[in-house]
Amino acid sequence: MRRSWWLWGVSLAVYALLYVPLAIVVVFSFNDSKLNAEWVGFTLSWYRMLFNDQEMLRAAANSLLIAVISSVAATVLGTMAGIAMHRYRPKLLPFMVLTPVAMPEILLGVSLLIFFISVFGQESLSLLTVVLAHTTFCIGFVAIVVRARLAGMDDGIFEAARDLGATPWQTFRRVTLPLIMPGVIAGALMAFTLSIDDFVITFFTSGVGVKTLPLQIYSMIKIAVTPEVNAISTLLMLLTLGMILIAGKLAPDAMHGKG
Amino acid sequence: MSNPGARFARFVVGGPPFIYLLLFFALPGLIMVAASFMYPGEFGGLAPLFPLTGSEESGLTVENYRIFFGDRVYFEIFLKSFGVAALTTLLCLVMAYPVALLIARSPKAHRDLMVLLVILPFASNFLVRVYAWMIILGPLDLLFSRFAVIVGMVYVHLPFMILPLYTNLEKHDPTLLDAGQDLGAGAWERFWRITFPLSLPGIFSGSALVFIPVLGMFAIPEILGGKDDWLVGNMIKEAFLSTRDWPFGSMLSLMLTIAVLAIAGVAAWFARRGTRYA
Repeated sequence: MRRSWWLWGVSLAVYALLYVPLAIVVVFSFNDSKLNAEWVGFTLSWYRMLFNDQEMLRAAANSLLIAVISSVAATVLGTMAGIAMHRYRPKLLPFMVLTPVAMPEILLGVSLLIFFISVFGQESLSLLTVVLAHTTFCIGFVAIVVRARLAGMDDGIFEAARDLGATPWQTFRRVTLPLIMPGVIAGALMAFTLSIDDFVITFFTSGVGVKTLPLQIYSMIKIAVTPEVNAISTLLMLLTLGMILIAGKLAPDAMHGKG
Repeated sequence: MSNPGARFARFVVGGPPFIYLLLFFALPGLIMVAASFMYPGEFGGLAPLFPLTGSEESGLTVENYRIFFGDRVYFEIFLKSFGVAALTTLLCLVMAYPVALLIARSPKAHRDLMVLLVILPFASNFLVRVYAWMIILGPLDLLFSRFAVIVGMVYVHLPFMILPLYTNLEKHDPTLLDAGQDLGAGAWERFWRITFPLSLPGIFSGSALVFIPVLGMFAIPEILGGKDDWLVGNMIKEAFLSTRDWPFGSMLSLMLTIAVLAIAGVAAWFARRGTRYA
């Protein structure tokens, strides 16, 4: 049993390492001092400052809009891709769907930058190009979850529906879709979280005019660090925490990386 | 798929995502490959393929590749990036293994919670996790160093190693360890001769999931490191946004892609070989 002692010890240390830095960010978001150095006293003024920061609010609105549109688009296309990959075993589609997920984000970012500017012109970078870019990498995540859900099911159900005279559309609408729904919702939440959190791809495809929350955080930590960054970080943590918990409730399989 | 109805259904379901990704993933990739053989435009961007005025350089060239292979600087920065990625992967592995093993050997009822506790911090924004280390390392005078870059890289990528390792370790048959014990193997011997070799596929997929994103990372070296700590990703970013030499940036991106494909190929090969023994 000596072994499990040190296994516990090391693991607890790693778990602590995962949480302590984030806890520090959260604690200092309530600290009544401009410096993230020592505890002075409790305040909500950083949050107040945050809600009066017009630029930040606009960035939040942009992030939300981009995440809603691109997660809806990615959920529709990703669900189709997941079903197609499961049912027809195509050769090229999995490569196209999974490569954007697996490669370093910067590669997708710069190739889309060249593409948008050289095809649509210097002024084309906008909210729309960010949405198109986010949809590209979110499709893969949705497809993986949906395919994993289908892989765990008995294909006989779909044959039964067809044998009973259902058209392909009826089979999809009344059998397939209800069955894969938890996977679809989990995929949608995952896409939403990935989009609202994305920094690298947004950085290359947004141009000058469009700011999102991660871009705003990036310029703040590069120029002037104030606890306002801690406050927005804490709120963002709460948001993604909620999304992940909902996704985990709806599709436990998706959280295990199975499939 | 000889039946036309089935072929139509296949097109309806698989067509739209395929066309979307053809447009917004494959085509941009191909344009980038082409751009790496072009001249930079006068005001950034790309020079035209066909001369318009005759004054500026146009057409195709291998100049970018000549520069890349002719100057040690680029070789060294790739080497440095590989070094940082390798060190990060190794540190992640050493820290992730005990956690993954502990979760895999815990009662089934506790495992989901323990996995969730690994995923949760991972859900906070990437920049927030980097920023957290600015707060911690700043007062200790450790910021803007190679050390800070490695700390940030390990912190951000640790869950990528824990999850595949756990998925692998969870599937091990515990009776193998009992058999080892019956045959007189001590705890260490059982680990090195049973658990570790069986976990190789998990190690390789986890390593690929850490190594590949680290290789292309530009934000962590930029935020936590000094100018000496810049990696390939930083060079690519500079080429596109500061010097605005797209062809050179495209060539660097292509080199990075080749490096990533090579790493992924090696990892997949090892993972498959590992499975054969499992």
